[in-house]
Amino acid sequence: MTMTTLLTTTKRGILSLSAVLVAITFFSANAQLRAQSPPQPQPWQQIPIANLPAFHPPQPKRIELPNGMVIFLQEDHELPIIDGSARIRGGDRSVPANKTGLTDIYGEVWRTGGTKSQTGDQLDDYLEQRAAKVETGGGFDSTTISWSCLKEDFDDVFRVFQDVLKNPEFRAEKIAIAQKGMYDGIARRNDDASQIASREAAKLVYGANNPLARDAEYATVAAVTRQDLVEWHGNYVHPNNIILGVVGDFDSAKMEARLREAFASWPRGEAAASPAINPDPVKPGYYQVEKTDVNQSQIQMLALGITRKNPDYFALSVFNEAFGGGFSSRLFNDIRTTKGLAYGVGGGVGAGWDHPGMLRLMVSTKSKTTIESIQALDEEIADLARRPINDDEIKRAKDAILNSFVFRFDSPDKILQEKMAYEFYGYPLDFLETFQQKIETVTKEDVARVAAKYLHRNQMSVLVVGNAPDFDKPLSSLGAVTKLDITIPAPPQGIVPEQGDHP
Amino acid sequence: MKSRFISVRTIVACFVLCALAFAQDLASFEKRTTVKKLANGLTIIICERPEAPVFSFFTHVDAGSVQDPMGKTGLAHMFEHMAFKGTDTIGTRDYAGEKVALAKVEAAYAAYIAERDKPVDRDEKKLAQLEQSWKDAIADADKFSAPYNNEFGKIVESEGGEGMNAFTDYDETGYHYSFPINRLELWAYLESERFLHPVMRQFYKERNVVMEERRMRTDSDPMGRLIEQFTEEAFAAHPYHRPTIGWISDLNSFSATDAQNFFDKYYVPSNMVITVVGDVKASEAMPIVEKYFSRIPARPKPDTATTTEPPQNSERTVVLHEQSQPIYLEGYHRPDYRSPDDQVYDAIADLMSSGRTSRLYRALVRDKQIASDAEGFTGYPGNKYPQLFAFYAAPLPGHKPQEIGDAIHAEIDRLKKEDISDEELRMIKTRAKATLIRSLGSNEGLAFALGLNQSRYDDWRELFRSVDRIEKLTKADIRRVANQTFNPENRTVGIIEFAGGPPPGMPAAPQGGGQ
Repeated sequence: MTMTTLLTTTKRGILSLSAVLVAITFFSANAQLRAQSPPQPQPWQQIPIANLPAFHPPQPKRIELPNGMVIFLQEDHELPIIDGSARIRGGDRSVPANKTGLTDIYGEVWRTGGTKSQTGDQLDDYLEQRAAKVETGGGFDSTTISWSCLKEDFDDVFRVFQDVLKNPEFRAEKIAIAQKGMYDGIARRNDDASQIASREAAKLVYGANNPLARDAEYATVAAVTRQDLVEWHGNYVHPNNIILGVVGDFDSAKMEARLREAFASWPRGEAAASPAINPDPVKPGYYQVEKTDVNQSQIQMLALGITRKNPDYFALSVFNEAFGGGFSSRLFNDIRTTKGLAYGVGGGVGAGWDHPGMLRLMVSTKSKTTIESIQALDEEIADLARRPINDDEIKRAKDAILNSFVFRFDSPDKILQEKMAYEFYGYPLDFLETFQQKIETVTKEDVARVAAKYLHRNQMSVLVVGNAPDFDKPLSSLGAVTKLDITIPAPPQGIVPEQGDHP
Repeated sequence: MKSRFISVRTIVACFVLCALAFAQDLASFEKRTTVKKLANGLTIIICERPEAPVFSFFTHVDAGSVQDPMGKTGLAHMFEHMAFKGTDTIGTRDYAGEKVALAKVEAAYAAYIAERDKPVDRDEKKLAQLEQSWKDAIADADKFSAPYNNEFGKIVESEGGEGMNAFTDYDETGYHYSFPINRLELWAYLESERFLHPVMRQFYKERNVVMEERRMRTDSDPMGRLIEQFTEEAFAAHPYHRPTIGWISDLNSFSATDAQNFFDKYYVPSNMVITVVGDVKASEAMPIVEKYFSRIPARPKPDTATTTEPPQNSERTVVLHEQSQPIYLEGYHRPDYRSPDDQVYDAIADLMSSGRTSRLYRALVRDKQIASDAEGFTGYPGNKYPQLFAFYAAPLPGHKPQEIGDAIHAEIDRLKKEDISDEELRMIKTRAKATLIRSLGSNEGLAFALGLNQSRYDDWRELFRSVDRIEKLTKADIRRVANQTFNPENRTVGIIEFAGGPPPGMPAAPQGGGQ
């Protein structure tokens, strides 16, 4: 919980962001696409819509240095700012299970631990005087280091960026702070029902020990040493593992010269391996987490999804939009608007870049309509066969994706981020352009086929986090229930103070 | 200066450059921003930002949950949900018939509520009949709209709308999304229709949706429960003490007629600012926007008088004993956004909270190592009326909320007794400018900021002037304001205490961990 989230809890909106998770939205230069609507032609349908002006936003310049480092330069002269971000191969998926949490600690201490010549605190002072940032982070398949600065501070800030990139010191006192922060996160991880649900859902889909799902524990965090961080940096931070993107108010030729000077002489190192992800889903059935201090249940129906490389990705994008995407979707219309069962409802078949995403349908409902809501989701899935997604729904979904496509590249930074992702995961750099054509060719039959192929209710696991005594019926009335134990394993002796609020 | 990197010269140089860049931006915004007040009182702002063939808009309605009538908390937010239910032409099979059916729903609901809320002699059999009649009337009315559920949102989505959403807070209600630029006229039609002919259809089902929203954000979230109790305690008289989402009994009582009345009273053109930012030319776009929005009839500006919160004069505390880990929160009353000291509070928030150089991070997270996160912020729970400057921290395992309070108070004492350093003052001023510059690069962000400033100050330029005021503030201002604000009798404390694990039958909380 940060200040920002604290403040937003006082705001009430029409849509829950978590419920629109799988809505993937995209556009069309074809201005003739119009939604069909009710009875006679509506006044809004009389309003002329011209073709969208041709728009060919500048594409980033791709540079590959002889040492394998890939650089994208994207000029954007609107504001006097220059931002850069390097993504480095290697992340959680390469961490041994008994050190889970290593990349989180590394991602923090890489920056807070300072460099050989400057402490992290000195860097903080130096950068904040310029309202600039150099930050680092750890993730599932990569770590990142980025900067953000006003144009005139570029030299000062880029010097710090290079120093942190190449010469981190990982000072011990900052490792201790990072570990304490992790312990705090572990202690708090069962406080919020939706956090429990998303964590346990990943375990059901990928297996509890999968790097995509496993939790950092007191013991695994305590096991991380300074030597681990130093070795990680030594193993992965090589130019041939790095994709650097720079966006902002600069001249590309001069920036290229500058970056070549900075990085060209950096020798290659060992290329990062990317261990395969082998999902090990639980067997389908009902899984329950008891949470006694809530009056609303978190319900998720789960299975493995697909990767974007799967040819079904395009038909599934249309399906997701029509079935669980937004205001127009079946789940929203039936479960929220018509039945009034939920504020947050939605879902679809998720697509990962290089591993299967999650198929997830979710609804949050009051305790006493828990079973009713599960059955409502059952109905929606069964209905896909009886009442397939129809022409009108297909058209709305495709229009929504195609007409909003322009928002995928309406800023230089968005274009840069897309290209960097394609580069990182080995997708063709024109993936976005071909996406549009492929959505246009999706047919009703395609959508029916992928719905039948991926949504099998009897192959899904159903997760319920809630206050079981208040449910409308026992969950066991639907089938065998496995109770999930979310007890937090006790910390090893001596790493967490024993007095205070923790009995 | 701690770091050997820094020379005074580079700081001065930075300053001059920042100031130049900033001035250019203000000048460029003067050139590309057009404001027009229509005859009906509505304010339109158009800001040209031709970066991509898209635009964003933000409709700012100067009424929020502070305006909820007594016994009808949550009504402003409820109306916000209803603004997605369509109009007399969007979302209905036959509005003439639907109108009659909706009137029957209201009559049946009024009869049901009258019996339900009888203090004595309630007739349960009659009540059941009345409830059934009400539900039957709803079913009849739904026949007109059910096939066109969410038609308004469907049109926006299928036409390429991006980020469609809305919010209600204490001070205002906002509506927003983005469209490809060739839908400007379609947007002007849809958004004006929405506030010209809203229809309170499917109200009672949507009320159930809002109750689920309350369960999600407040009832089922320990932090939500703390914030509700804390805010209620901090404000005795001003409507800021009531939850925006509404008390459950009020949600179970108010009617579609109430929502319509709220709309009629507060959604008047003189109470609204519409801001459009994107690939538009004001000379072409303004006539289109004006054509559609000038159709909204002028109505009198509502009376928005509220009780002024009296001085607190005594420390207040709420403690929640929960299954969850401890949280510490405290707030001090401060004047509203028009206060000449408004930017001094912004500066204090920045000094205490921004990044790893902030005083709270350094004291509580880095040095004492008793919290995982600690921040101070202003504008809680709103800023239009006298409000709170609040502090928040999450104690690390093994540390009590009271320890956190003591550490925060030590930092407050420092603020009251010692001037902040030259470096800190410079950081505050530089950061204010840089933050403003960074905020100017998105249609959505600009539409929100320009509209909000226009609504609050009747001049969007205040967005830039607030940074000028920060530039002028002194160390003495910070000490003075800290001394006048951060005093125990002006304080409300909200705490979550860990009360032990869940009841028997549940896994026990582990040593040092916690369930």
